[in-house]
Amino acid sequence: MKNPYTPYPVKIDEIDIATEDKSLKTFKFVFLNKADEDNFSYKAGQFAELSIPGVGEIPIGIASSPIEKGFVKFTVFKTGVVTSHLHKMKTGDVMGIRGPLGNGFPWDRLEGKNIVIIGGGFAFTTLRSSIVYMLDPANRNRFKNIDVVYGARSPGMLLYRDELFEWEKRDDIHMNITVDGTDDPDWKYNTGFVPAVVEAKIPEADADTFAIVCGPPIMIKFTQPALKSLGYQDSQIIMSLENRMKCGIGMCGRCNIGRELVCKDGPVFTLEELNLTPGEF
Amino acid sequence: MAIEDTNMEIIKIKKSDWAGGIDKSRKTYHLFGPVKHKNHHIFRQLENNIYPDMEYMSSVLSPKSVLFPQSQKILVTSADASGKACHIFTPPEQDHTPRAVIGIRPCDAKAVQLVKLNFDTKEYQDPYWCSAFEATTFVGLAVNTPSVLDFSTSAGSGPFAQEGLDVLLVDCKDHYLAKILSQKGKEFLNTAGFNEKEDPKAADQVIQQMKISAEKAICSVIQTQHLKKKTVLELYEAPFWEDIAFSCISCGTCAYVCPTCWCFDIQDETQGKTAVRFRNWDTCMPALFTRHSSGHNPRGEKIQRVRQRFMHKLKYFDDKYDQGIMCIGCGRCVEKCPVNIDIRDICNLMNAYKPEKESDAGEIKGEIK
Amino acid sequence: MNTITKNIQELAVSLLRDKTVDIVIGFKSGTVPMSSVPFVAKTTEQARTFIWDTHCRLNLANYLTGRKEKIGIIAKGCDSRNIANHIIENKISREQLHIIGVPCSGMVDKVKIASEFTEEIIEYTEQPDSFVVKTASQTKTLLKKDYLRANCSTCMHPNPVIYDQLAADRVTEPLIENQFADVNRIEALSRDEKWQHFDDLLQDCIRCYACRNACPLCYCPTCFVDESDPQWVGKGTDTTDIRTFHFLRAYHCAGRCTDCGACVEACPMDINVRDFTRKLNKDVFDMYGWEAGLDIKNRPPLDTFNPDDPDEFIK
Repeated sequence: MKNPYTPYPVKIDEIDIATEDKSLKTFKFVFLNKADEDNFSYKAGQFAELSIPGVGEIPIGIASSPIEKGFVKFTVFKTGVVTSHLHKMKTGDVMGIRGPLGNGFPWDRLEGKNIVIIGGGFAFTTLRSSIVYMLDPANRNRFKNIDVVYGARSPGMLLYRDELFEWEKRDDIHMNITVDGTDDPDWKYNTGFVPAVVEAKIPEADADTFAIVCGPPIMIKFTQPALKSLGYQDSQIIMSLENRMKCGIGMCGRCNIGRELVCKDGPVFTLEELNLTPGEF
Repeated sequence: MAIEDTNMEIIKIKKSDWAGGIDKSRKTYHLFGPVKHKNHHIFRQLENNIYPDMEYMSSVLSPKSVLFPQSQKILVTSADASGKACHIFTPPEQDHTPRAVIGIRPCDAKAVQLVKLNFDTKEYQDPYWCSAFEATTFVGLAVNTPSVLDFSTSAGSGPFAQEGLDVLLVDCKDHYLAKILSQKGKEFLNTAGFNEKEDPKAADQVIQQMKISAEKAICSVIQTQHLKKKTVLELYEAPFWEDIAFSCISCGTCAYVCPTCWCFDIQDETQGKTAVRFRNWDTCMPALFTRHSSGHNPRGEKIQRVRQRFMHKLKYFDDKYDQGIMCIGCGRCVEKCPVNIDIRDICNLMNAYKPEKESDAGEIKGEIK
Repeated sequence: MNTITKNIQELAVSLLRDKTVDIVIGFKSGTVPMSSVPFVAKTTEQARTFIWDTHCRLNLANYLTGRKEKIGIIAKGCDSRNIANHIIENKISREQLHIIGVPCSGMVDKVKIASEFTEEIIEYTEQPDSFVVKTASQTKTLLKKDYLRANCSTCMHPNPVIYDQLAADRVTEPLIENQFADVNRIEALSRDEKWQHFDDLLQDCIRCYACRNACPLCYCPTCFVDESDPQWVGKGTDTTDIRTFHFLRAYHCAGRCTDCGACVEACPMDINVRDFTRKLNKDVFDMYGWEAGLDIKNRPPLDTFNPDDPDEFIK
């Protein structure tokens, strides 16, 4: 019987400070055993438990992309006991990763469709994974248009800045980077909140379009009416949720929303599915 | 592996032979059973000179701890940075030699089957629970005199129910009739040297008669027939939750005494140079259960948590697994809740609840008096 | 219906009818013998379901924390002392409350009653000084005074200390020669015997925290056992962690505990949690002559500093 609680041992290979306020760091892990890397085969939108023995575990979305081999990456916001401890760790330290967990984005359903990606703040990790996956030459023709709106408080709070600006230059993805505000006179992208940019820049829905929305609750709240006004049905709006979790495998009981277990049945749901639940997230 | 009724075997165990058989079985099985302790009975592992108290009515905590201890080490590793395996977690040695639970009430055995739906799934198997389950033989004791709080017959079980049992013992004053329900059960009785076969037809008739009178003695019932067809949201938004939740003090008593509650917490501790990961029983009643590290809490209010408990047991569970409600009517929470929140009343309220129609708006339905 | 029940109902109905208060907090009858349920009445109809009997053991002051409405509350002696505590500790204001005081003749101990019978109790009926208990095969009449809870039998403040109205005439306040005889017995034990006593006491604790949650004093926004950063206490069943919880909780209640017994009442494992709080109540009484919650003017001694405070214990 496979033990789903035993983490794969990994070594921290690289740590990048991801935002100007240093509250987010990107950790690149390599597996100590090659076979574990093969077993850790994941889809964009899944998450894993980062496991520090003696400290605890924390569920974090996978920021690297399935096409990136030899490592996995996670961008972690420093907030509780485990993440604070992780932020103090150094390259070369050994810890564990348990996963991949959750359903990930519904790639079967997304194939052949226009994809709109809307992200805000820290919640761009699995979206980054998805974009890298879709832009891979082997995958790009499996999707139609890709439109992205990504916003943060300020330019220095945008995750994965180098990649964002590279994607800006491409013609097979329409980037709309935005910040709430900036005093940088050279800022050449948008200013304004995500919902407003969505309303102004995102194409109207047709039957072949899906929008994936990840962000803080306030952004999600105001993005929904924006998408609605563009004709998106609830079944075309895909969201990834976070709830307090422990086991990550649907057993410990705390992440449920009605009968759905966010860790196992989710974390990705359509708005249509969520409308049938008590909305406890 | 259930044994077909046509091959039914019923063994007679004279009470004078009981202790001897139990002693024989100890050579192969770790025994667990009800033991009188202070003012109540508890289920625990039985040392060699301790026998299960077969006269017990109910145990204050359910026997779920035999498979799911309140606190269990699940992973250990060295925290000594100089060692090679430092910070690489592995499961500790587990004892999976045969064990037998003697005298478990039928409804508590059914509860194990409900808990199994959580720990033994298509995608993941909890190795600790599943291995313990595999190793365990459930020797049940039919309840001849049900408690006034027993509502098992209307909660998918009953005083003589067989689901989840390997043997059903029926107390017939000077002897037990032992109905063999599985291969595991047969092996246990063999090991104990209980092999006096009764005419299965005649013995089963005796059991059936006793079953009928025990079921008749049950005076407490719940109604569940309408729960399935109601929507989650209509029950969730029903007006009665605020009144139900008022008295709740958010302790975990109901969950801890419940045989079907399986929620747990995972905690790490460093003990000297060893890092240990534990799992501990947890409960949905305190706010901490769902609080995010940001401070946001999807069930921060007591009313949300009380509603979660009953919606989980009586609605979400059946919607998810299609196996009835997540309650087997043992009555422990009814007896032990410090503020007498009674699942029977709540179940009946939910079952009878009809959302207000536009036309009779203003009339409050389902309000607790 | 007994007279106190009738009076409580009438007073509560008129408070709600006149809109003197928005809600009234009291007890209604439970669904199993020897139980009661804390209950909030918002309508006069609901107020007619209030009851009063010898099973109103919990402390209703516990339900005041954080409420914003104008509240009517039924209070026996100990409840009223905890209401006074709440007022002193700024958890609620006196003006927000209309207290219906109930002079109390003591609550009975359901565990003690149950231990008299081998069978399950299926019916309990109350008479002024006695009660009738029925099991499947027998019926017994027992005297209330023989089955009072331990804390009620040493209670010297059965009358509410603050109230707006009374639901019955005041009762005589007993003078008890040594109200801490139980503590003396434990104090007289040797070190090893004491250890054994408390080990045995906590043996069954399942850390459900019902004792803490039933206690009107335990209103900390985050209890120390629930803190994760730093984590003071492990969360498993290690005896050190269990002891730490009970010891610290008791110390946190020193000089504030009214010995209402709600902790014991709530404990599903029948642990006499009062063994801890009683010792501290005695120490505070011996050192400061203080009993908690007797008025709304004086703060508890451990909450204030006085140059004359006893300091012999500092070594």
